[in-house]
Amino acid sequence: MYSASDLKKGLKIEIDGDPCMITGFEFSKPGKGQSLYRCRIKNLITGNTFDKTYRSVEKVKRCALISRDYTFSYIDGHQYVFSDNETFEEVRLDDELLGDLKNFLVDDMQVEILFHNDRALDITLPNFVEMAIAETEPGARGDTTTNVAKPAKLANGYELNVPIFINEDDVIRIDTRTGQYADRVSKG
Amino acid sequence: MSALDSLKARNALMRCLRAFFFERGFTEVETPVRIPAPCMELHIDAEPSGDCYLRTSPELFHKRLLAEGADRIFEVGKCFRAGERGHLHHPEYTMLEWYRAHAGYMDILDDTKALISKVWDDSSNVWKQKRKSRSVGSSDWKLLTVSDAFREFAGWDPAGRYDENRFDLDLVEKVEPALAAFDVPVVLYDYPAEAAALSRRKPSNPLVAERWELYINGIELANAYTELTDPTEQRARFEECAEKRKVLGKAVYPLDEEFLQALEKMPAAGGVALGVDRLLMLIIGADTLDAVLPFR
Repeated sequence: MYSASDLKKGLKIEIDGDPCMITGFEFSKPGKGQSLYRCRIKNLITGNTFDKTYRSVEKVKRCALISRDYTFSYIDGHQYVFSDNETFEEVRLDDELLGDLKNFLVDDMQVEILFHNDRALDITLPNFVEMAIAETEPGARGDTTTNVAKPAKLANGYELNVPIFINEDDVIRIDTRTGQYADRVSKG
Repeated sequence: MSALDSLKARNALMRCLRAFFFERGFTEVETPVRIPAPCMELHIDAEPSGDCYLRTSPELFHKRLLAEGADRIFEVGKCFRAGERGHLHHPEYTMLEWYRAHAGYMDILDDTKALISKVWDDSSNVWKQKRKSRSVGSSDWKLLTVSDAFREFAGWDPAGRYDENRFDLDLVEKVEPALAAFDVPVVLYDYPAEAAALSRRKPSNPLVAERWELYINGIELANAYTELTDPTEQRARFEECAEKRKVLGKAVYPLDEEFLQALEKMPAAGGVALGVDRLLMLIIGADTLDAVLPFR
């Protein structure tokens, strides 16, 4: 259990069985009154955000989150299947949980999945992934300025902006944290 | 703002504060910072310092001076409160306290209005443009009893049916945010007797105590009392507080017997504590103490 005075932004706690994260925190102490810890809390399952004020005598349940290493195996309809690196047990994540990250999965990619009581909450991909450009307007020859961007598409349909000198079949590095172009790996 | 600029702004404020009190015949006093018996309050925790504590307020010493015949005194200095840290709190902060013999909390309010008007007017034009436009001319201040404020903003009257948890929660979640909407300073006055701290009960209504708090932009800036001068009641309040602190597992401080003895001779008096860091923050139009505590 946490004491209310341990609470801070970024801390993960459990409320009514659900994992939650403190996204906003403010210490407050009215006049001669008691210390109050005003939190903005995000439910990590539903995504809902709410405010809750704790008094200093209150205890807050710790949230037992475990993260394990997995290897990406295959896509099955709207589900993405990963196998546990130690037990080889499969886990299936819905595309909703993956969001844009599903576009950056490649065969045998090593990922980290975060669980709360066997419920998968979040996935972390390697920071950079190499992907080929499937579609983009041809760039002007010799123009290597990076501050001019144009739209491009990956084979899976994901769209992003790339510098003008990038052409179809070029392999680029994408930052999975931002979903944006990082640099060019090789020419197509 | 650089550390030096921040300290220059503070220096200008300190000159202005001191000039205000000297003009009015106050004596500036210095009382001990490291003390054996900090004032016992339920939710104020003193920082230990060897076999003593750092003061949480100079209040008890000022009252001893009043008992010795002081008429108007003030002090500006560091006070310390353990565990208080936030955008409006810092465990080491600067407090201004002043006391007047033969006066009550409303006389202290007159001083406070004059003081705030003066520091507002004296502050540089740069700050005047930065802070929210707001009149602090003394005729504009909004005075609200705690009962009226709670009835209006929280839907109940704590006087006579005080519930500490509900009171504190509603104060920060409902009342203080409502006070932030006033574009003039707001004074909440006549607190439930249970929240009297070191103030006197109101002779005409013993359910409340003669205590006020000043809010500017919804930020609590000063706390004033018509001082409790009855040593028997003061001792009983300290002892009750000690008992509650024990239950909460908090340190119980020794009773300051010299203070209790001095209360026998203390005249009627009014006094106030004002947070100088918050005042500076409001003057320069900032909304966190980070702006005025450069080494925090």
